[in-house]
Amino acid sequence: MLEVSLRHRFDGFSLEAGFRAPPGLTVLFGRSGSGKTTVANAVAGLLMPEEGRIASGDWTLLDTSAGVRMKPHRRRIGYIFQEGRLFPHLSVRQNLAYGGWFAPRVAPREDMGRVVDLLGIGALLERRPGALSGGEKQRVAIGRALLSAPRLILADEPLAALDEARKAEILPYFERLRDEVSIPILYVSHSASEVARLATTVVAMEKGRVVAQGPAAEVLGDPAVLPAGAREAGAILTAHVARHHDDGLTELDASGIPLFLPQVASPPGAALRIRIAAHDVMLSRDRPYGISALNILPGTVREIRPGEGPGAIVAIDTASGRVLARITRRSAQALHLEPGVAVHAIVKTVSVAPSDIGGGT
Amino acid sequence: MTGWLGPEEWQAVALSLRVAFWATLFSLPIGIFVALALARCSFPGKQLLNGLVHLPLILPPVVTGYLLLLTFGTRGPVGGLLADLGIVFAFRWTGAALAAGVMAFPLMVRAIRLSIEAVDVKLEQASATLGAPPVWVFLTVTLPMALPGIVAGTILAFAKAMGEFGATITFVSNIPGQTRTIPSAIYAFLQVPGGEGSAMKLVVVSVVIAMGALLLSEVIARRVAARVGGA
Repeated sequence: MLEVSLRHRFDGFSLEAGFRAPPGLTVLFGRSGSGKTTVANAVAGLLMPEEGRIASGDWTLLDTSAGVRMKPHRRRIGYIFQEGRLFPHLSVRQNLAYGGWFAPRVAPREDMGRVVDLLGIGALLERRPGALSGGEKQRVAIGRALLSAPRLILADEPLAALDEARKAEILPYFERLRDEVSIPILYVSHSASEVARLATTVVAMEKGRVVAQGPAAEVLGDPAVLPAGAREAGAILTAHVARHHDDGLTELDASGIPLFLPQVASPPGAALRIRIAAHDVMLSRDRPYGISALNILPGTVREIRPGEGPGAIVAIDTASGRVLARITRRSAQALHLEPGVAVHAIVKTVSVAPSDIGGGT
Repeated sequence: MTGWLGPEEWQAVALSLRVAFWATLFSLPIGIFVALALARCSFPGKQLLNGLVHLPLILPPVVTGYLLLLTFGTRGPVGGLLADLGIVFAFRWTGAALAAGVMAFPLMVRAIRLSIEAVDVKLEQASATLGAPPVWVFLTVTLPMALPGIVAGTILAFAKAMGEFGATITFVSNIPGQTRTIPSAIYAFLQVPGGEGSAMKLVVVSVVIAMGALLLSEVIARRVAARVGGA
């Protein structure tokens, strides 16, 4: 369990953040300027905060009150930067091996061959970074961090510089990292769909403060916590693939409720996490009939939070989990919505984007 | 070569090459160190060091030579100490190398400093997060990436050392076989009647060496840049 507490002031910005990152993948989630990268740099040792403590068990990276300030090269943190930062004068193979030259001999190491296979970069080994595409560079950067025998992997918006197709190419590797590698991962992101797909734990940041932290489904299902804004609100549901239908749909079982999504590649039985964007959810008091939407989740209103504009976010507890709906305040009044009222959440099948469907739990 | 050049002229060419070689060899590590300090470190007296390094570039060479004579002459404060250790600069070829090295130093440091400043600090940070201690960050990232500039600075310094005249002649005079480098020799030949032929040959040699050095630095820099730049 990584424990972080920091206090630091720049000109016009003050950071005062504390959080815990249990095993798995913890996402530092917030808009740009919320202080996420500052936290990441402090964890890596590239920035020395005025006050703070960063420790994991008996491994103390920073403790200003005890005068402990470990140098970056002793921290053993595999940092995956937004822009890759591969060494242009070294081949891909040398880039991958670089961290291994300095890691302690006794440190548990990932096997080069396994990492190369995991990331699908076998064909690139003799090339130089200048000859790689953006997605390839980022895969090599992931491998380089993994092979430095790190005690923690730190990823700072690793997909932000990539286009949508490249993002879709890299995301599954982070899922595999989370599920197949036992090293804890701290992942900085402002993208709701990345958070929904990857996070075990979410630490939501706003203006240099941590506003919420906890299991991903809990934090993302809380209408009070919208670090990326109401437009990006969306809860996550977990479900299993039930069967694939001939008409291109995949039927999921979300705790007893069937969900229909556009064809998902995973085999029957596979666990999936699906992000349901709040603006894609309609609400109805009565069970709707004669409606084209295939997914209807009965539940009860838990909370209604009016936004700054005409909108409101409604949190609904269903048998499958928490769902958020973004509707107008006018509709909320017309439907007499208030906590405890029974409603049906309606989700169009085609509104669930493939990028919002991820593997694993 | 010796057929075309007379023994006196050949002596001047060989001496110049020797002087320039040693001057460059000794100033290179110091130059890299100073350039690194100026490019990457902040310390009290940084501006003073910067000024001191550049001084030979702006002072009249005769002044630099005279200061060297006062400091490194056999009765100078440093020269006296070194003389006890058996190292003598005054009126020896070693003095010529010292003068050439000092005069070439600012050019070398300038080129290396610029190339170090051009190395992305973010790559050095990446290297540190991968476990490289500062010395290794420098050796495995900064130095190889600054190599084109280091090569260019070295060759520039060599060419400058070959042609150094004012400080050399003031510090170590113009002794055939000891301190008479190509420029001093040209000067000496032009002082005696009928010396223009020898002077002209040395002029040709100078031009050839200078052009050769320049071309070589271009070729090496381009090759290194291609290596560093990827592809």
